[in-house]
Amino acid sequence: MEIKILGPGCANCHKMEELAKTAVKELGIDAKIEKISGIQEIMRYTISTPGLVVDGKLKHSGKPLPGLENVKAMIREEV
Amino acid sequence: MLKELSLYITYNLLDLQRGSRLADALSFFIYDTIKILLLLTVIIFMISVIRSYFPPERTKRILSYKKEFIGNILAALLGIVTPFCSCSAVPLFIGFVEAGVPLGVTFSFLISSPMVNEVAVVLLWGLFGWKIAAIYLCTGLLVAMIGGFIIGKLKLEKWVEEYVYKFHSGQAQEVTKQTFKERLEYAKLNTVDILRRVWLYVIVAIGIGGFIHGYVPQDFLVRYAGPKNPFAVPVAVALGVPLYSNAAGVIPIVYALMEKGISTGTVLAFMMAVTALSVPEMIILRKVLKVPLLVVFAGIMTVTITAVGYIFNAIL
Repeated sequence: MEIKILGPGCANCHKMEELAKTAVKELGIDAKIEKISGIQEIMRYTISTPGLVVDGKLKHSGKPLPGLENVKAMIREEV
Repeated sequence: MLKELSLYITYNLLDLQRGSRLADALSFFIYDTIKILLLLTVIIFMISVIRSYFPPERTKRILSYKKEFIGNILAALLGIVTPFCSCSAVPLFIGFVEAGVPLGVTFSFLISSPMVNEVAVVLLWGLFGWKIAAIYLCTGLLVAMIGGFIIGKLKLEKWVEEYVYKFHSGQAQEVTKQTFKERLEYAKLNTVDILRRVWLYVIVAIGIGGFIHGYVPQDFLVRYAGPKNPFAVPVAVALGVPLYSNAAGVIPIVYALMEKGISTGTVLAFMMAVTALSVPEMIILRKVLKVPLLVVFAGIMTVTITAVGYIFNAIL
């Protein structure tokens, strides 16, 4: 599974990354987490960061961040 | 009911002497704090529910190819309800341009968003009453509309970085539609998030208000920045421009200034200058805008905000 965190690197983007890492760990899934900070690449998915992309699908974008349980559910949907 | 509660805490739980200065101050402090935090919770929750209907993608579509003027009005209003993280100012700007949102209309949105928001309005309402809050809301919107309109009229597209116009992001995706239950959940998360960030400022503001009420001489600031000084507004704006804070952070200072008798227009102009213009935002926007446009933007904002300050000092 491939997870992408979209964001140029603000506090919210870091939080999003932490959420995804924790979710993956707690779900016990084998996933590659990648941070995307290039505008071109971010805009292939959305104009509002932070974003969460799971296997090419945009699952969340913008503020406020989803809760941990929601992030888990978003990842589980794509398993 | 809140009054009784704060009196109960002061006299029964803390057992302070009835009518003493400390007890008076404390019961006011408790009353104000509870009142404003309650107000914030309710209003932020309601706005968050509305907000979930206006993600930036949707706002972009609404503003796409809108005529100037109508577009400026809509953009300023949408700035209140469209949530966006300051980190997404660049993709948002490019996305707007790519979708055919006129430059001036995009600016109206970017101006109104940090300046006119529910936290600012609720805090002003709670501390100074609904009239001041309504004045701030309306003039903030007016500044965003006028500022964006002027930038549009000046035809400054040449000072937008060229790559912005060559951008083709392709078909962006959208998160699947939310159910109403999910919207409520989103609103709850947002409310908790905002309260966690602002509660301390609120308490500090109310605390400072009480403190200087009692201890700083009344005419100290008025002598320099009171209604009689014609330069009070430009000085307040000039001080506010380089300072940067969100609405909650500036509230303690605003409270202190109001409390010491500085005119309302001067204080509101100061608050707008602090929230609307920020160096971090300028640095982020520099990625899409050339320096002359940033300078013009800052200049127009400074002049408009100063004008608003003068107008309010004249009529209030």
